[in-house]
Amino acid sequence: MITWPNFVSQLFNGLALGALLALISSGLTIIYGTLGVLNLAHGAMFMLGGYAGYMAYEATGSFIIAVIAGSLFLVLVGGIMERLIIRHFYDRPIEDQLLVTFGLSICFVEVVRFFFGSLSKTVPPPPIFAGITSLGFMFYPTYRLAVVGIVAVTLLVLYLVLYCTRLGLIVRAGIEDSTMVDSLGINVYRVFMIVFGIGAMAAGFAGIINAPVVSLSPDMGDAILVQTFVVVVIGGVGSFIGAIFGGIIAGEILSLTSMINPAYSGVMLFAAMTLVLVLRPQGLLGTRSRE
Amino acid sequence: VPTGKNEKSTRLSRRGLLRQAVATGTALGAFSSGMRAPFDFVQRAFAADPPPIGTWPDGASGSSVTVGIAVPRTGTYAESGEDELKGMQLAIEHINEGNELIKKISAKTKKGVLGKEVKYVVADSEAKPNTAVQEQSRFITENKVIVMIGSTSSAVAVAMNKLAEREKVIYLTGISGSNDTTGKDCVRYGFRQNFYGQTAAAAIGPVLVKNLGKNKKAAFMTPDYTYGHTVTKSVNDYLTANAGWTMVTNQVSPLSTSDFSQYLTNVANSGAEFLINVNWGRDAVLSTQQAHQFGLLPKMTLVIPYQIPFLAKEVGPEIMGGVFAATDFWWTLEDKYPLAKMFVEAFDKKYGYKPEWGAENAYMQLAIWARMVEEAGSFYPPDVIRTYEKGETFPSMVGDVRFRPEDHQLVRPVVIVRGKHPKDMKNKEDFWEVLEVVPGEGLMQKPDAFGCHLGDYT
Repeated sequence: MITWPNFVSQLFNGLALGALLALISSGLTIIYGTLGVLNLAHGAMFMLGGYAGYMAYEATGSFIIAVIAGSLFLVLVGGIMERLIIRHFYDRPIEDQLLVTFGLSICFVEVVRFFFGSLSKTVPPPPIFAGITSLGFMFYPTYRLAVVGIVAVTLLVLYLVLYCTRLGLIVRAGIEDSTMVDSLGINVYRVFMIVFGIGAMAAGFAGIINAPVVSLSPDMGDAILVQTFVVVVIGGVGSFIGAIFGGIIAGEILSLTSMINPAYSGVMLFAAMTLVLVLRPQGLLGTRSRE
Repeated sequence: VPTGKNEKSTRLSRRGLLRQAVATGTALGAFSSGMRAPFDFVQRAFAADPPPIGTWPDGASGSSVTVGIAVPRTGTYAESGEDELKGMQLAIEHINEGNELIKKISAKTKKGVLGKEVKYVVADSEAKPNTAVQEQSRFITENKVIVMIGSTSSAVAVAMNKLAEREKVIYLTGISGSNDTTGKDCVRYGFRQNFYGQTAAAAIGPVLVKNLGKNKKAAFMTPDYTYGHTVTKSVNDYLTANAGWTMVTNQVSPLSTSDFSQYLTNVANSGAEFLINVNWGRDAVLSTQQAHQFGLLPKMTLVIPYQIPFLAKEVGPEIMGGVFAATDFWWTLEDKYPLAKMFVEAFDKKYGYKPEWGAENAYMQLAIWARMVEEAGSFYPPDVIRTYEKGETFPSMVGDVRFRPEDHQLVRPVVIVRGKHPKDMKNKEDFWEVLEVVPGEGLMQKPDAFGCHLGDYT
């Protein structure tokens, strides 16, 4: 169904969809890019953020408080996870990291299922963003428009923290040579914990921001995890900017393909990923790995 | 080290002794049952008994028989899966206690089935064909299940049909809406109670044309598997041929989609007046909610050709008010059918809510199976299948019904409902108004129209 108005609409929808994907992928890429841990619990942490926000929303009726609760809860979860488990895996083979984070994700999902059941839960968008906005070429849910703005601001803040502050500098130095940083009198492990907390917070924040767009269910993270990996691979594993581009590219692929044949939009995403892996294994914006 | 180990194991403790005693007992038991087998065979040969088939006679030789249940308890169809499981549990409870409702459907039932207590084992199929087949195969081997039940996804039903045919164990579908289940993928060992694409389309078609008019433009949303494709085709064929409707777009999406924005954008630009949503389970909830967020509803009129349990509850009557749907059962049918009333009351009493049609289908499937085994007087699968194939009418929650011998599809009415607006709801579960109960006979295709060829009995 390729018509000019539909093309413009899908182009825009691709951007909005991509912004969400970029936000969700950012947490994954922060943790991998700085700590080198491929966190398979990312999808489950995204889900936890949504549920924490949902509980806060049910208790207070405030969306702002829900967002804060979702984010802070995940800082806490991330911090504890890093301190108790992940820390012991930095020097272990990548398979061990995958297994332990995958195991954690199963635990998170089952705990939530135990307490909340399999039924989906909804969090309505904040009243000021409820309803529909006319864009001229189409009507679009106001909240989804707002999400584009929210995502842009959030990603900018994350970027500044990670790449333009002393903290970011220490983190990157710590990854290169933690012994050296340690001997300079800096507690590297505390910094790692903070980074893991930030990555987890990004997942939790994305979870609650995403909640009004779709709805919450214990297994919502599974599908998201796959998509975020695609985004990260396309953009460049470990590259923060890459995740943003990867997200938007993925969003556009999903949207524009659906215009030609909706049944192929999911498949095209993987086709694009395969193409990137063949032509540029490090991803569009990734650099060749340090090893 | 090995010596030490040996010493340890020869040291006698009370617990060790006990364990040894149990082991010996088990071995003796196994030995004696091994001894019994040839004797059984001789006995059977004298009585001209047929050779063993599937889990028979092992699965039916004790004081109880086991039902293998695989329903989705996680994922997109989990909510319906749980409802169906409750229907099955209630049916098994009723069969074992010889409840009045079961006796209405199966007159010969006293307690249990042929005097044997019915037990069950449950697995989560995740609505995935391979998981369901794996779990039920395990039940066949480990539990010698005498009958299998559950699907919710037609992809599962079709895969289970094949397993049933191969293993020669009777399989009762849970919810399955695809034409293929009793069409090109039908099997001798599979039976379906509920309505499906073809009957849904033939029943809701005239209602849509009468209420919504001719020569309309419709956008379809279709989940990308056998159920979605066949239901969309049946509904579209009817509306195109009989009322000149046009399908302006068909948005096919994978199962378990969470964000439908790209599909809805296409629908928004398609010029459709009607949105025919064939998505199911959580996919239906999310696509409908998002269609509302995109302003497509209520601007377009929503049609649900294959009703989804709990959809109205989750999406809300504000969106579902005025929506036409075809279904197997809605609880307010209790005003019309005494058996429906008995079922709804028993279910509500046990679980605290009104049953959806998934529970009704599940209950009926097991009740009918109990009837057929009682009528056959044996668990021997070919005898039970032949009893189904007699095509005798029997009572159900929607009046008298019968199985069609050629494709193992129940000939049963399709219920047409319309969503109630919030102001018209008499209580919090009063979501649908029953418009019509369309008799099944005239809705069905010719038995071979969808390519059904049942397999062998043995």
